[in-house]
Amino acid sequence: MAATRALGPAPSKTPDKPTDAAGQAPRRRPRAWRWADIAEFAGSAASALLLTWLIFDRFLPFRIQGVAFFVAWYALTLPIYWLVVRDGHGPVAARDRLASVLVTTGAAVALSPIFLVVGYVTYRGWSVIDFGFLAETMELTGPLSGADDGGLLHSLIGTLEQLGIATLIAVPLGVLTAVYLSEISGPLARPTRLVADAMTALPSIVAGLFVYSIVVIRTGWGFSGFAGSLALTILMLPTVTIAAEQVLRVVPGSLREAALALGSPYWRSVLLVVLPTARAGLATAVILGMARVVGETAPVLLTVGGTNILNVNPFSDYQDNIPLFVFNQIRSSKESFVDRAWGGALLLLALVLVLFVLARLAGGAGPGRRSRRKKGAAK
Amino acid sequence: MTTQESEAPVTGQPVGGTLRGVGVSAWFGARKVLEGVDIDMRAGVVTALIGPSGCGKSTFLRILNRMHELVPIATLGGSVLLDGDDIYGTALPITEVRRRIGMVFQKPNPFPAMTIGDNVMAGLRLTGRKTANREQLIEESLRRAGLWNEVRNRLGAPAGGLSGGQQQRLCIARSLAVRPDVLLMDEPCSALDPTSTRRIEETILELKDQLTIVIVTHNMQQAQRVSEHCAFFLAAEDEPGRVVEQGETEHIFGSPEDPRTADYVNGRFG
Ligand SMILES: Nc1ncnc2c1ncn2[C@@H]1O[C@H](COP(=O)(O)OP(=O)(O)OP(=O)(O)O)[C@@H](O)[C@H]1O
Ligand SMILES: [Mg+2]
Repeated sequence: MAATRALGPAPSKTPDKPTDAAGQAPRRRPRAWRWADIAEFAGSAASALLLTWLIFDRFLPFRIQGVAFFVAWYALTLPIYWLVVRDGHGPVAARDRLASVLVTTGAAVALSPIFLVVGYVTYRGWSVIDFGFLAETMELTGPLSGADDGGLLHSLIGTLEQLGIATLIAVPLGVLTAVYLSEISGPLARPTRLVADAMTALPSIVAGLFVYSIVVIRTGWGFSGFAGSLALTILMLPTVTIAAEQVLRVVPGSLREAALALGSPYWRSVLLVVLPTARAGLATAVILGMARVVGETAPVLLTVGGTNILNVNPFSDYQDNIPLFVFNQIRSSKESFVDRAWGGALLLLALVLVLFVLARLAGGAGPGRRSRRKKGAAK
Repeated sequence: MTTQESEAPVTGQPVGGTLRGVGVSAWFGARKVLEGVDIDMRAGVVTALIGPSGCGKSTFLRILNRMHELVPIATLGGSVLLDGDDIYGTALPITEVRRRIGMVFQKPNPFPAMTIGDNVMAGLRLTGRKTANREQLIEESLRRAGLWNEVRNRLGAPAGGLSGGQQQRLCIARSLAVRPDVLLMDEPCSALDPTSTRRIEETILELKDQLTIVIVTHNMQQAQRVSEHCAFFLAAEDEPGRVVEQGETEHIFGSPEDPRTADYVNGRFG
């Protein structure tokens, strides 16, 4: 008894000490870049810059500038940096660093077109977009009006309606097909998957032509937003199907077995267990499908028609949408029209961006929450 | 201490069904993995299936609630009788068979998209039945699985947040909520730590008066602790698995007749 009591307070002290010691010891991150490393690279780049300038401006008998200058600068930076690092850290580290620089450059080069496109569209379109641009149509805008006159309300409404209808048709069909492919996988599964794969490569104008000849011409329905929705549905369906199938495949088979072992009919286990488990991934599949078609121009050109007037009824008469708006405006020789086209392009970009952010949020929600839960359980 | 909590016994439960395997054989494609297995699994008795890896214990267990046929190439022979009715016959619909013969798997598999409470109720939703008193059934099932005191305050939390042992007991509660007559357990503790294993063994002992339990285990001590009846499976090389010996657990472990059984239960092979 006494011994236990004597021991009692002792262990409570011991854990304190290591904690304190750990608090005082400097924390190190062995893999972090230190200032010296950055200085090494900056110094190499600077000396390469000077060397390039020397060569181009003093030694060469002719002047070449621009791209060649930067290429030469980059090409000279690499060996200089290699020499500097080898001198300080040895040849292994030098090769390692050089490889990092090359890989980083590759990534930057691959990313740059995206930033250039987004940057340029933003630069051209930013000044055009204001409230009026979103709230007015082109109905009363003549060739002499400025770029701040008129807007794309009619196109925005058209895009939302056509995209909405296409989603309403394509998503149930796509998810059902995915359920067939992954859950039932009957005799038609292989051909269906093959066709779906092939359809992702279907040129969008072919989808437009098909709907044009069947719905617009053959039935005498004429141009309408709905015809455009059908063309978009054809394009959206394979994307949604394939993405959804992949998501359903990831659902562990043990969950299906657990559901069946409880006495569930097959369809209920799919509806109540498999689909909810894949919920986040399915949302991503849907949004990817929407993002795939929101910018399509060729098929809607042949089916929606394009107009300057607001038409909220997608089932009859010409409608417009944002890609068509851009297409029609940019063909004009008037500066104000071209500016409006860039405004439309920026809006389209923003729309796609929103869709992708939504997809990431929806896709990340499940695993994120789950991983946080796991951490909590570990503690 | 979690092991000391009082799980009030629930009265008025069905006292289990009698399951009989009669000449059960099984094939995967052309390969025969199980031959002529006759086992009586009496109501209110825990039956343990033991044997080295690959001798067909899981296959036999899955035949008992018609999970075997989910493998496309799987076929079987013989029959399985639940209280005298052939579960592969036309008298019993397959969903009814699986509801009356529940199964707990080796790895805990609660439904991640559902809360703890919803997981317990999943069986009823999945079989399309309603219950007048949801809360009561949840509490009763969790109590029977020995999990109630640990989760009573977070029934609305996601099931993925439970520890492995708790998840396994949740799966047991989920199976119990549909009021099965038989509970099949395929190595229910192999993914768990000793404490959780203990907890589940206690749960089995508490449940055995209320329903028939069949458990596959690689743990000889566990088989001795929880079961009264024991069957030893063995598959010789390139031959299907057979039951070498079966009988009272005490007998199998104390004075087995077949030398192979003696070798296995004493840890000399397998
Ligand atoms: N889906 C399957 N397809 C083909 N063969 C299978 C399949 N499942 C099991 N088998 C084979 O059937 C035999 C029996 O397997 P089973 O899973 O029943 O063994 P077990 O006794 O449960 O083994 P363990 O103790 O390792 O779980 C094994 O030889 C195995 O290879
Ligand atoms: Mg097994």
